[in-house]
Parts: sequence; structure tokens; C-alpha cells
Amino acid sequence: MRVGLMIPCYIDMFYPQVGVATVELLEKLGVEVDYPFDQTCCGQPMANSGAYMEAKETEELFVRNFAGYEHIVAPSGSCVHHIRNKFTAADDTPERRRVSARIWDLPEFLHDVLKAGEFPWAEFPHEVALHVSCSAIRGLYEQSMSERPNDLWFSKQRSLLEKVKGISIAEFDRPDECCGFGGTFSVTEEAVSAAMGNDKLGRIGATGARYIVSSDMSCLMHLQGCAHRDREDFHFLHLAQVLNGDAT
Amino acid sequence: MAAREDILTAIRDRGPAPRELPHVPDFRQGPDDLISLFTAALARLDGQAVTQPPADLQRWLAETFPGASRICSAVPEVAGTLPPFSGWAAPADVDVTVVRTPLGVAETGSILLTENELAVTTAAVLAQHLVVLLDPADLTENIHGAYQHPAFQKAAYAVLLSGPSGSADIGGTTVHPAQGVTTLTVILSPRTTPGTGEL
Amino acid sequence: MKPVDQARNALAFLEDDTHEHAFDKLIWGLREQRDAAAREVGEWEELRTLASQIKEHTLSNLAHYLELFEARATRNGAQVHWARDAHEHNQIVYDILSAHGAQRLVKSKSMLTEECEMRPFLERRGIQVTETDLGERIQQLDDQPPSHIVGPGWQKTTRDVAELFGRVYGSDPERADPVYLAHVMREHTRPLILQADAGMTGANFAVAQTGAVVTVTNEGNADLSGNVPKLRICSVGIEKIIPGPAELAVFIRLLTRSATGERITQYTSHFAAPREGGTMHIVLVDNGRTQRLADERFWPSLKCIRCGACMNTCPVYRRSGGLSYGATYMGPIGLITMPAADARRYRELPFASTINGSCTNVCPVQINIHEQIYQWREVMDANGEFSATKKAAMKLAGNLLSHPRAYRAAAEAGGAALRVLPHFAIYNRLNAWGRHRDIPSPAKETFHQWYARNRGGAHPAEEPAGEATAGTEDADHGRA
Repeated sequence: MRVGLMIPCYIDMFYPQVGVATVELLEKLGVEVDYPFDQTCCGQPMANSGAYMEAKETEELFVRNFAGYEHIVAPSGSCVHHIRNKFTAADDTPERRRVSARIWDLPEFLHDVLKAGEFPWAEFPHEVALHVSCSAIRGLYEQSMSERPNDLWFSKQRSLLEKVKGISIAEFDRPDECCGFGGTFSVTEEAVSAAMGNDKLGRIGATGARYIVSSDMSCLMHLQGCAHRDREDFHFLHLAQVLNGDAT
Repeated sequence: MAAREDILTAIRDRGPAPRELPHVPDFRQGPDDLISLFTAALARLDGQAVTQPPADLQRWLAETFPGASRICSAVPEVAGTLPPFSGWAAPADVDVTVVRTPLGVAETGSILLTENELAVTTAAVLAQHLVVLLDPADLTENIHGAYQHPAFQKAAYAVLLSGPSGSADIGGTTVHPAQGVTTLTVILSPRTTPGTGEL
Repeated sequence: MKPVDQARNALAFLEDDTHEHAFDKLIWGLREQRDAAAREVGEWEELRTLASQIKEHTLSNLAHYLELFEARATRNGAQVHWARDAHEHNQIVYDILSAHGAQRLVKSKSMLTEECEMRPFLERRGIQVTETDLGERIQQLDDQPPSHIVGPGWQKTTRDVAELFGRVYGSDPERADPVYLAHVMREHTRPLILQADAGMTGANFAVAQTGAVVTVTNEGNADLSGNVPKLRICSVGIEKIIPGPAELAVFIRLLTRSATGERITQYTSHFAAPREGGTMHIVLVDNGRTQRLADERFWPSLKCIRCGACMNTCPVYRRSGGLSYGATYMGPIGLITMPAADARRYRELPFASTINGSCTNVCPVQINIHEQIYQWREVMDANGEFSATKKAAMKLAGNLLSHPRAYRAAAEAGGAALRVLPHFAIYNRLNAWGRHRDIPSPAKETFHQWYARNRGGAHPAEEPAGEATAGTEDADHGRA
């Protein structure tokens, strides 16, 4: 199987190791990974700010880069949510619709398409807190949400993580409350954003877990920024890094 | 009536295309013990249920509300100490009002009162203590069943009362009373005579 | 009016740790109680769907149901009035009071009368207006608008209320005990209720088939306001109409559970006709509602039943405080309704959200709140409400991100990465990100460079890691 890999701009620049882990993990699972070199971004930073006109060309560039792939994979729930559900700045073409229909967040792709049953190369003998992003929960339904208490509980991300040898997963209070990143919100409402991030770290910290794992690096970038200011002892890892056996 | 026409015209000209009205099921599950459900629900909002009706209601009132001298009764089971109310603010001086409800709701611990039970309906909210007689046969399972009661088609005023007046407006802690009754006691008591009295 | 700077107001609230933590704890507690209440109702999601469908049906047949309600209420002996806007509403209420020679008005909580700013209107004309809802009365005594639509005074701590009552009523300012304080209020307010010339309520629902105005209170103060004085006035937003009692049942089951986690309020009251010897007036109010109804994107916001669940769940609301919005409706529902009323004044509100979607999923009538917030951002741009710097920043970002070569050049120029991210968004304050957070360090080698070096295949070889700082020629990958 061949997939088109989308690496979000912030991973490209700040967390290249997450992109590397994604490539290696997919390859270990027998997937042929193709990274279109002309890619930049999904357009979300502009569209999320209301600037549809400014998002249009970026979205259309994305469509051109990825229209030819049967499967498109990105290690970012936020970008995938945008591309799948909110890709309306680009002209409505069959190509745009195809791209929206074929994009997968990495955990979804592992869980639903590859049905990956084990990660024998990975071992992580630590207690981790799993932060599943709002986009992944309420946009992509990768996990049931606390707002709907009568739904059967499930978490695609957690079930993947539980397959890693030696890992234990911490339960923390308000697990699916937003961490406060919110794209441009993190700068337009920086005080509230940072307060939310610090509250999240406080709840995670109370469990004793010092590893925070997420499949949304943008949430982690924000939390890491909050943590560096106050608490030096957290480690932040993308789900792909843990599943790839990068860190032990 | 220019405003009326303007508003209705604006709605007709520019409102969304008509959507269907869904059918509302009654969501009945037929639980065995409506009395227990009722009692538990009422307790949630700090109302009290008396499941074994006292043999002598008059005596029960005297024992339960020892300081109460001004008692208003709208039921044949007990005599009040006050003449009928002279005005709508008059119940403010009442210690205990006794009334029979035509309907209890197990889901929410609510009882229904209208002007048929209390000609001066302010007695349901101004009295210090409200004692309500409920025939277990008048219990309905849930709110859907409750709203089938004819009072909701006919009564000038109908209240589903589910506990004594309370407020959580200060610091989120529920306290009693706010502006309404201080206590609500529901006595599960079959009707002895048909019909209800009036205040 | 100057645009409300919600972010700045929120910062002031956050700097006050006592209030921020107390508020978040109290309001999140309501969210948890709501979850527990929903969990015990097996048909909860079905009820939400029904409620949404009933509201959509009623709103899409609103003229019919308003006429039905009017006819039935009139037959019941009430007088029905229509008001196009806040001023007409206030004038109608004042005229009714004047006609009855009423000087003293008691009222229960009504967001509509807040929206119409009725209290100052009547007070300027010599009417004494007393709020009978405890929380609303607290706000009235402190000359503040509500901080929450269900518990107007929740932004105050018990200590604040004790001080306030001490100041206003001469009670013990040190005694921060809710039971004592509620008692103080009862002692001071009940005489005003008993002496009032007129009483006023809002409406949680107005039932078309029966002409009944329905109020939902814990205190029974709508019953006191509506039944003790001879003259009763009910202000009803036109979107509050529902078909009949069978439909009402759905909303009664959802409303209180969504608001506080209780199954029902103590008093669920139905006022269908004037009490014996009394008169009843109903004022049906538009005040922008028909305009919203005409907007195919935003009309579903009219389904709102004012439960406050979206506020309780909103992490931004809980950390900003309700007053930070400078609005009658705050939190998520405020973000999508206030701009409809005044787009300039409330232009920043749609940005006071992380669009996390929690609000939409607790909403008992399934309003797509977070999607509407997102759409309002676009409207603000289209309406020219973006500042010149923001517009320029967006243009710059859009331009850079749609041109692979230029983007590569910026992304791979080492520290220059920060010129792209997260700097692209820093248009209102320099380095807002860094005020409470550290900025991530750009990697020595981008993923793009790594891929080209390790998996590049046909692509030209990259500079090795650490030496790519001046590698503007890397942008040529896009052309390969």
C-alpha cells in the first residue's frame, strides 16, 4: 500500500523527529510512504482565523499535491479535521472532495485501515498521560467524548498505545477538556490559553505521570511552552514516536 | 398592530423552509415501584415523602409542626384553623397549607397544583410549610405522562412542584428557603372521599 | 460603542486567582452534574434530537405558531402585544404599568428584559423595579449585569455577597454563609413582593396550543411575581414558542438536567390565564430574531433554551468570567448571538474560543455552536472587521503558505522559522505566545530536509543536518 504523507508545517520545522517516526512506523507496517515535496500547510491557520480568501490558495495547493493518492496520512488530528471537514476555502472540485474523503489521521489509519495489531519493536516502561486532541475526539471521533455519557466508551488512540510493551496509562481529571491551544487562539487569547495549558499540566502532574503523549503536536507545542516556563520535568512525545519505539 | 404585521411578514417572507414535527414517544418503561422512585426523586430537591399515611392527620400536623397555629386546609381529612383567604398576599401569614394533588410524577418527584386545588394559588408558594396529599394511584411514571394531564390544557395556572423553594445562586450551594415555601412534605395517602376541597 | 475586548477583560479576571479558581470549580461542577444526569436517562441523545427537531419545526412554522398562541392566549383572557425591538418592548411595558397606575414592579429573572435593558428604562421613568431571583437581585444591588444566564451572581464568591449585603442591607459582612445570606434576602425582598403593584416574568417556553407561558425556577419567584400582584406581564421572545404540552415534556426533561444536573427545578409553572380578579399581558418580542431567522447559517441559534450548558462546559468561559464578554449572552451561545445583534461591538467574540466542540455536544437542542463560531469569523473578515495588521498578517501567511519555494526558504533559514510559525498569527501583540509560554526552538534539520536526505530518491541531495541554515536552494525541491 502506498500513502501520500502530509507533514504539518510546525512538525516540519519544530518537530522533524515526529515526521521521521511517522515514516519509519508506516514503513515497518509495510506501507510505502510518499512525501510530496511541494507541500506547505493545509490552510487551517488562515481559515481558522476567518481569513478564507487567504486560505484558498494554500488549500488548493494541498489538493494539487495530494489528489493522486488513494490514502493520505498526516500525524495531526487538527490538520486532518480541517482537511476532512472544513476544507471549504478551496473551490469545490471533485479533486477537493476526493482529498477530503481520503485523508486519515495517523491513529485512524493504523487502527481502521491497517488494523495494526502489534508494535513488537516498541517498548515504553513508563506511565504516560494520553492527551487526545479536541479535533481527534469531536472532529474525527477517534475517541468517545465525555459530553455523550451514554455512548459506548472507546479510544482508538488508547487501544494503540496499550499495545506497547511496558507502558501504563495514567487516568487524569477532565481528560478531554481542551488544552487551550486552539490555533491562533493561543496568541489572541494568550492568557486564557496559557491558563488552560497550565491547568491541564496540573491535572496530569497530579497523577505522577511525566510523559505526555498525543497525536497532535500542536497541543504538545503549547503544553511544552507552558511546562518549560513552570515545570521542567515533563517529556512530550508524539504517539508515532512511542509506537515506533523511538524512546524507551 | 403594525408591529404584529411586520414581525409575521418578516417571518413568512424570510424564515427557513418548513420542517416536520417529530412524534414524541412516551418513553414508558413500566417500573414496578413508582412510590420509591417518587420518594427518591423528591428527596433530591429536599422534599420529604411520608409513605405510610398517618392515621390521624390532625395529630400528625400538630406533632410535625409544633409551633404552627395558622393552618389552612383544602382537604376533608383535616380541619384548618383559618377562614378562607381574603387576598392573594394573605397566605404569607400561614404556617402550614394542606392540599391534595391530582398528580404525582415519579421521575422528578413532582406534584401538580392548580387553581382547582388551591383557589388562591399563592398558598403554594407563600406558606411556610406545604403538606400535600398524593394518592399513589395518581402517580405517573415520567414527565411525558404528566403532560397528558388535562390540567395542562385547562388550568389558568398549573405548577409542578418538586421541592421546597431553594437557590444555589450564592457560591453554588443550594439553600432553603429562597422566596417560596420552606418545606414540602408529600404524604402518600389514598383519597377517602371523591373530589377536593377548596380554600 | 467600542468593541468589547474580551481577551483583555479575561486577563484581568485571570489575574485574580481566588475568583478564577472558585468560578472554574463551581461551573465545571455543574458540567459534571449534567453528565451524571444525562447518563441516567437512556434516551438522552434521542431527547436531544427530538428537541432539536421540535424547535426546527416550530421556528420554520413560526408565524403559524405565533398566531395560534396569540389566539389561544387571547381566548384565555390575556392581552397580547407585539414589539419589534427593545425600545418598543420597554415602552409597551411602561404603558401597561402607567395604565394601571403601577409604581412598584417585582420581576423574576428574564434574559429578554436584560437584553432590552428594561430595568434602567423603567427606573428612569420612576418605576421601582425589584428583581426577585436571588442571583439577579445580587447583581442588581451591585449594579452589574449577569455573569451567567442561569446563576447571574456566580462570578461572586460567598464572601463577595456577604460584603455586598453588609453594605446594602446592614447584615453581617463577615458572615459568608449562604443560608444566612439567603435569609437576609428573603427578609428584605418578601415585603416588596407582597406590596407590589405589578409582577413580571420572562418565559422559558410559550405553548401555542394552550396559550401558556412556562417558567422554570428553583425559588418560586416567577410564581410570586406572577401571582401575588393583580397585574401580570410576561415578556416572551418569539423563538420561545413550542407546539403543545407533549413537546413541552421533552424540553422540561432536558432543560434542568442540562443546566444544573437536577432532573427538574422546584417550580415548573404554567401561566395560561390571568388569576381571578387580575389581568395578564404578554409581550411578544422580535428584537433581531426575525433577522436571524432569515440567515440560513445562523438561524439554528434560535433553538437555544437558555440552559447555560455551553457556558458550563466552555473552558474559555470558565477562565474568563461571564462579565468579560460585556454581553447579555456570554460564553459559546453569546459568541454566535451577540455579533448578530451588533457585529462591530462584538467583533472579537467569535475569536474567544478554541473551537473544541464541547459546547455543541452538550447543547440539549443540538445547536452547531462551534461551527457557527467558525462561520462568524469568516463573516467578521468579510464585513471588514479585521484590523489592518491582522489582514496583512493573514495575507502574508496565505501568500507564503501557497508558494512552496518561498515557504521552503523561510522554513529552512534556521531561526527564521519563527517568522512563519507561530509568528504568522502574532498580529495583535508582539510575542503574545511568549508571555506565558516558551517558544519552541526550530530544529536544525527540517523534516523536509531529512526526507530528501534519507528517502529523497530522485530528488537532489540536501545539505547535511546542521548546515542548512543558508540553504535557500532547498526550495528547488518543489520544482524537482
